Amino acid sequence: MSDTTVLPTTSLRWFARLKSTALALVVPGALLLLWHVATTRNWTRLIPSPAETAEYMRDFAFGGIYDDAFSATLHIHLLASMGRVYGGFLLAALFALPIGMLIGRIPLARATLDPFFQLMRPIPVTAWLPLSMILFGLGAKSAFSLVFLGSFYPILLNTIFGVKNVDPKLFEAASMLGCRGNAQFFRVVLPAALPSIFTGLRLGLGLAWFVIVVGEMTGVPQGLGAVIMDGRTLSRTELVICGMIVIGVVGYISDRLVMMLGNYLLRWSPTHHG
Amino acid sequence: MAETNQPLPIIDIRDVSKSFTFGDQKIQALSGANLQICKGEFICLIGASGCGKSTLLRIMAGFEQPTSGEALMWGKPIDEPGPSRGMVFQDYALFPWLSVRNNIAFGPKSLGRSTAEVKDICDRFIEMVGLQKFADAYPHQLSGGMRQRVAIARVLANDAELVLMDEPFGALDAMTRERLQDELLDIWQRTKLTVVFVTHAIEEAIFLADRVVVMSPGPGRIESDNRLTLPRPRDVASPEFNEIRRELSAKLHSHHGKKAA
Ligand SMILES: Nc1ncnc2c1ncn2[C@@H]1O[C@H](COP(=O)(O)OP(=O)(O)OP(=O)(O)O)[C@@H](O)[C@H]1O
Ligand SMILES: [Mg+2]
Repeated sequence: MSDTTVLPTTSLRWFARLKSTALALVVPGALLLLWHVATTRNWTRLIPSPAETAEYMRDFAFGGIYDDAFSATLHIHLLASMGRVYGGFLLAALFALPIGMLIGRIPLARATLDPFFQLMRPIPVTAWLPLSMILFGLGAKSAFSLVFLGSFYPILLNTIFGVKNVDPKLFEAASMLGCRGNAQFFRVVLPAALPSIFTGLRLGLGLAWFVIVVGEMTGVPQGLGAVIMDGRTLSRTELVICGMIVIGVVGYISDRLVMMLGNYLLRWSPTHHG
Repeated sequence: MAETNQPLPIIDIRDVSKSFTFGDQKIQALSGANLQICKGEFICLIGASGCGKSTLLRIMAGFEQPTSGEALMWGKPIDEPGPSRGMVFQDYALFPWLSVRNNIAFGPKSLGRSTAEVKDICDRFIEMVGLQKFADAYPHQLSGGMRQRVAIARVLANDAELVLMDEPFGALDAMTRERLQDELLDIWQRTKLTVVFVTHAIEEAIFLADRVVVMSPGPGRIESDNRLTLPRPRDVASPEFNEIRRELSAKLHSHHGKKAA
């Protein structure tokens, strides 16, 4: 906004970005170093060294090194997991958003639905695992349903919070400007609730990645969770670590993309920047 | 009766009382208020905190209904908020997700104006409040004074005949406040608006108003109605100004003595 400080900003911004990237790499770098030292000095023989893991990862992604059952299968597992994560998440959003808006805005809906969801919410997703295996069998449906459950509540709760806590002044402002009744829902409630709704979606997607491993422990043949489970039963620690790294990186990228979308859509909000 | 000769007032507050129940207490916010406002007048309401200024203003806006008595606009009861009565809040109450332009467009759009009309209206009022450079900025990027300009433009863009302002400049620094006072008077004189302006500051009331209505608390009521004949533009340093200030100040503080006795 101010036109006095235009000149040095671009170089300053680059420097700031470089600095924050460097700072962000300090802890991971130190851990990597510790891992390297611990494995090459034989402090532990239970896990492979970073260099070995990197090689396994290359084989997992592109094949051509070990050529076993897992070589060059990364994309298959990744796509299977992503399908479940985003599918379950979208389905959760499809239900949680309208239900949250109803509970937040309509007293009758709140009175009937809210107690039920409050009662169900403390049950952790993992506790649903056996039941979902009974209901949906061993396989993709079960994983899908757990992802659904995992991301449902954060979206629901944040949507309720957002549509319920609209500044009452804004309703008065809208009504004195000629926008009354149901029209206020789209022109006041929804935009005002957007930051909360967005936080809910972001948490929901994060949780979807979180529970995918549990979901895929239900005996699906493909998926990153399945790879980790197989790695455990076959005592192939490097496979477990590779699966973990892929989930971490993909989950992170996915979150950053959502974050960037949020920063764009919520550029009007002084409190919403990450 | 003399009433027959007088033009129909834009606002007619007749014997209005308002009480709120607060827990098991009943608070008498306003008791037997009477006030007639003619088109084009600039009215300031002053009085101690809690004497019902905001309540009276909110009744005129249609946000509250009187417990007894009548609030009329052009002779018809005010039963809901509407675009003919625009409110300017102390804390702006702009829509944070809309740019300056779209905040101003909110009212015209609600009234179903065409896109071209809306654009014309916005251009005109953005210019009137001097925010051309900030038309696409969001409220959080503006200073308090700019935000209040947007809030004023927003109600003017909606063709409000009556502008209700509840301590609109209370949160601004002295210099910004003076500038906005000048700008408001300028707009008022050009547009023939009717303004009801609540303030804590006697100087502000004397600088702006045709009539200063003094209210007193416990229960809230209208104490006196003072017509000012000082020519405009008014000079706050002039002896006449000071004389009026002394008078009003005495009226404003007289009920404190009464209550203590
Ligand atoms: N919604 C409400 N519920 C309960 N009491 C209220 C409500 N609104 C106002 N009151 C009470 O009515 C009285 C008058 O309030 P009002 O806001 O009109 O005063 P005011 O003159 O505007 O004061 P201030 O100068 O501090 O803004 C106060 O005692 C207040 O507590
Ligand atoms: Mg007040």
